[in-house]
Amino acid sequence: MDVFSDPYNVDVYVTGFLWILKLTAASTVGALVLGVMLAAMRVSPVPVLRGFGAAWVNVFRNTPLTLIIFFCYFGLYAVLGFTVSDDLNLNNYWLGVIGLSVYTAAFVCEAIRSGINTVPAGQAEAARAIGMSFWQTLTMIVLPQAGRAVIAPLGSIFIALSKNATIVGTIGLMESSSAMKELINANGDAVIPIFLAFAGTFAIVLIPAGYGFGWLATRLAVKR
Amino acid sequence: MSTDAVLYDHPGPKAKIRNLVLTVVFGIALLGLAYWIYAKFDEKGQWAGTLWKPFTEVSTWTDYILPGLGYTLGAAAVAMVLSLTFGILFAVGRLSDHRWVRYPAGAVVEFFRAVPLLLLMFFIFFGVPFLTEQPMSVFWAVVLGLTLYNGSVLAEAFRAGVYAVSRGQSEAAYAIGMRKGQVMREVLIPQAARSMLPVIVSQMVVLVKDTALGYIISYPELLQMGVNNVSANFGNVVQAAIVVAIIFILVNSSLTALAGWLERRTRRVGKAPKTAVLVDAGSAT
Repeated sequence: MDVFSDPYNVDVYVTGFLWILKLTAASTVGALVLGVMLAAMRVSPVPVLRGFGAAWVNVFRNTPLTLIIFFCYFGLYAVLGFTVSDDLNLNNYWLGVIGLSVYTAAFVCEAIRSGINTVPAGQAEAARAIGMSFWQTLTMIVLPQAGRAVIAPLGSIFIALSKNATIVGTIGLMESSSAMKELINANGDAVIPIFLAFAGTFAIVLIPAGYGFGWLATRLAVKR
Repeated sequence: MSTDAVLYDHPGPKAKIRNLVLTVVFGIALLGLAYWIYAKFDEKGQWAGTLWKPFTEVSTWTDYILPGLGYTLGAAAVAMVLSLTFGILFAVGRLSDHRWVRYPAGAVVEFFRAVPLLLLMFFIFFGVPFLTEQPMSVFWAVVLGLTLYNGSVLAEAFRAGVYAVSRGQSEAAYAIGMRKGQVMREVLIPQAARSMLPVIVSQMVVLVKDTALGYIISYPELLQMGVNNVSANFGNVVQAAIVVAIIFILVNSSLTALAGWLERRTRRVGKAPKTAVLVDAGSAT
């Protein structure tokens, strides 16, 4: 592991994963907020909202994330002049967050909607029978139960999100995959240790995270 | 069970008025949003005919978009076949009675599911040539990356499918004297594969989308050819991205529709396992 005795290389490695961490954190919040709103739209009684939610899901779930990130940079920023920050790295970061959130929100929406489907009809019917409104039924009866049913799917969505964050490297952010590429090109004699360091970091964090979400899902599952 | 019918009653007079008001309010908001996008495009001159015109010419399609689509679907098809093989092999490996087979197979599957596909492709494309001392074909870098990742995902799906085949099936097979391999080959896998068909097809959507990663290592797929090269010639990156996105959406929606049809079909036959509901979203790389 001689490669990582050079402080510069360690720095590249650490910066790469810091970007991934920051991208994942901000996009998780963005995707969750957007996704819950979209899911609420898709089950609402208003046809326009249902249509909007469905269109969003169909467009973004079927478009490659690479294309979305590409568009955020070359379309939104370069052509349409949409700028978030004057700092180039920070600007790319926020463009990446927008792309990741918009894409992941479609999956979050679908997961929550399928979670709503696991709540027995009797629950919502009982809520309506005691006079609750749509909003009350949704927020007090259905979503709390649906939320506990979607922990496992949401967990895998956010694990996928953290892996997808590497794609932001396309628009020039030195996240971990671009960092690995740079290190490989500079140290052709140490390809395997470099790959193992980068891939291993992902594996060490994400494999336990996957089992953690599974454990949480069974623990919090609504017993029926 | 449809959600719409459950969450709210059939609207009465009051609810109808409220829904109408909401419809109008959100309709106006959406129109406003659409206008804002239109105005933004207009401000930057993105509606100019010269930017859209290339897509009405045959040569744009025959020179860029169709070859790109061909490369995308080609890589996806080869990777699909390989991932199915990989998936079945490793699913069987993980189900093996021998620890020395089960543990390595499990480690491989877990590892490749946890590593970002782009990282894998970078390693195969930039790293492996250092080890083999010969250049790596970009096609195989894309296909191998896709295979390792999607094969691992499929291996897990198959394993779930085999578990979902009712115990009586394998018990009956053992009872009539079949060996382990025969039970797996002739009883469990055919039934699991059948019930897993919708999952396999939805995984193809993931595969088709993931070929776009090939753009990053300059594999001439749809994003490279249809957006990058077209806009390099005509300076219309926004328009090209929209057209290519529509093509991707059309291809993937038809695959999704196929998966839905297969799912309904298997359910009708009554072979769909209850526990084998996999959210394809998780493999959304």
